[in-house]
Amino acid sequence: MMDELLKRDIILDHYQNPRNKREVNDGSYLKNHMAADSCIDDITVYVKIVDDKIEDIAFDGVGCTISTASTSIMTELLTEKTVDEALAIIGEYEKMIAEEDFDADKLAEANAFDTLSKQANRIKCGLIGIEGIKELLERYKDGKQ
Amino acid sequence: MMNKEKIRADFPMIQSEFEKGRIYFDSAATSFKPKCVIDKVVEYYTKESANIHRGDYDLSYQVSSEYETVRKLCAKFLNAKSENEIVFTSGASSSLNLVAYGYGQKFLKADDIILSTEAEHASNILPWFKVSEVTGARIEYIPLDKEGIFDLEAYKKVLSDLGNKIKVVTLAHVSNVLGNIVPIKEVTRLAHEVGAVVVCDGAQSVPHIKVDVQDLDVDFLCFSSHKMLGPSGVGVLYGKYELLDVMDPFMLGGGSNARFDICGNILLKNPPFKFEAGTPCVEGVLGFGEALKYLMDIGMENVEEEGRELHKYFLEEMLKLDNVIVYNPKSETSIVTFNVKDIFAQDVACYLNSQGIAVRSGNHCAKILLNVIGASETIRASLYLYNTKEEVDRAIEVIKGVTLEKCIGASI
Repeated sequence: MMDELLKRDIILDHYQNPRNKREVNDGSYLKNHMAADSCIDDITVYVKIVDDKIEDIAFDGVGCTISTASTSIMTELLTEKTVDEALAIIGEYEKMIAEEDFDADKLAEANAFDTLSKQANRIKCGLIGIEGIKELLERYKDGKQ
Repeated sequence: MMNKEKIRADFPMIQSEFEKGRIYFDSAATSFKPKCVIDKVVEYYTKESANIHRGDYDLSYQVSSEYETVRKLCAKFLNAKSENEIVFTSGASSSLNLVAYGYGQKFLKADDIILSTEAEHASNILPWFKVSEVTGARIEYIPLDKEGIFDLEAYKKVLSDLGNKIKVVTLAHVSNVLGNIVPIKEVTRLAHEVGAVVVCDGAQSVPHIKVDVQDLDVDFLCFSSHKMLGPSGVGVLYGKYELLDVMDPFMLGGGSNARFDICGNILLKNPPFKFEAGTPCVEGVLGFGEALKYLMDIGMENVEEEGRELHKYFLEEMLKLDNVIVYNPKSETSIVTFNVKDIFAQDVACYLNSQGIAVRSGNHCAKILLNVIGASETIRASLYLYNTKEEVDRAIEVIKGVTLEKCIGASI
């Protein structure tokens, strides 16, 4: 399990300096507005996929520390990955949140949330942006079929 | 002065292992229940299980009569003219929807005006959106002052501008975000001058301040049992009898009609029964009766005075903190809405939870208001008669020490 101070620093860093946080107005990006589940976090995610590969991911909106940092970390993790690789990483993250066995090596800084499952009221925060990305990746795959 | 120790001893939640050392500051969401209320609900299931208004046996008669006694008690609590002006519903939202549907959709026409404010709870504005969609009536908002507070002068101006086009004025008596008391008696007097009916959302006022419907002269008053020590699943629509009489019920079915025939003719019962189709939450109404007795034994004047004093103390202590922004420094009852500077409301609320303090973060279902006060999310701490100054002191100490690092630490 990741050291608690290190976890805190990672989350603080991604909250205060979120990566890839910007509004995107570009039709080549898939877009998902995640606001229906919660009246607090209001996050939009954008993914640009070229030939099954994630060329760019961004997000924007208002969120708490956990939703902002988890989304920020995941955008870094998934950039340049293929859609299937990205879905596999998200799968490991979901297992971690569900307290199942997971591959920590795949999650890098996202391991900062390895005890988030203990805080039932924050689980949704740790998933909102990431589930938004997952939906876009699945939409891409469905669209290809 | 209330005997706090005695009151706290009446609440099993406060005495429970889970709550020991914890502070519950979320009574605007729902209140704890005293033992008499809980016992009554259990008693219905263990000793009095029977439907009301139906059977020809002793128990059914007894339960029906207890159920109707609560209606009388509620009429007395509100100083209504008659118990026939008390409709039991499933909660304040249900009561508000019933008025919008049964009165608004029936009587409003295109170009009529529904007057409200930007501070309303979703349950008192969304039903009117629907009325507007169906009837073509339009919703106008009385401008709030810069702190989000109801402004009587602005209201008078709207009345003089729009006059008798206004058919309904619908307002919260006490805002669920800012805790300010709207001068509903004056609002009603002026509304009646232009011929409008007044719908008062009393969800946050009836539990805390004395509400006399004849004195206020409101046409409708809606509130929930669960915010005033009673069970959830029960609410009240008070309405003037002549208005209830012409209104449509929201639901039709058993208990609401006297007879019907194969041609589709329905003879509805008189109010309040025509609005109560189906088996109601009998145990909830009986429990609500105990809550009413509990509050009446203490006296609503005392509940109000104690509430104001505790609130004043909490507010004053909060206003002393440098790291806190209070959004309702002029509020009078129960609710303090705030943020810790530079920290997202939900993060602070989660940290407070880790310190045993229950508060609510978010936009509190009043999504338009937050644009007015300039904050997308806030923290709401709401107190009730079982809270103490000692709890306030402890909460203040914790709030004083909130940092972003601590907030993150509480989530990992």
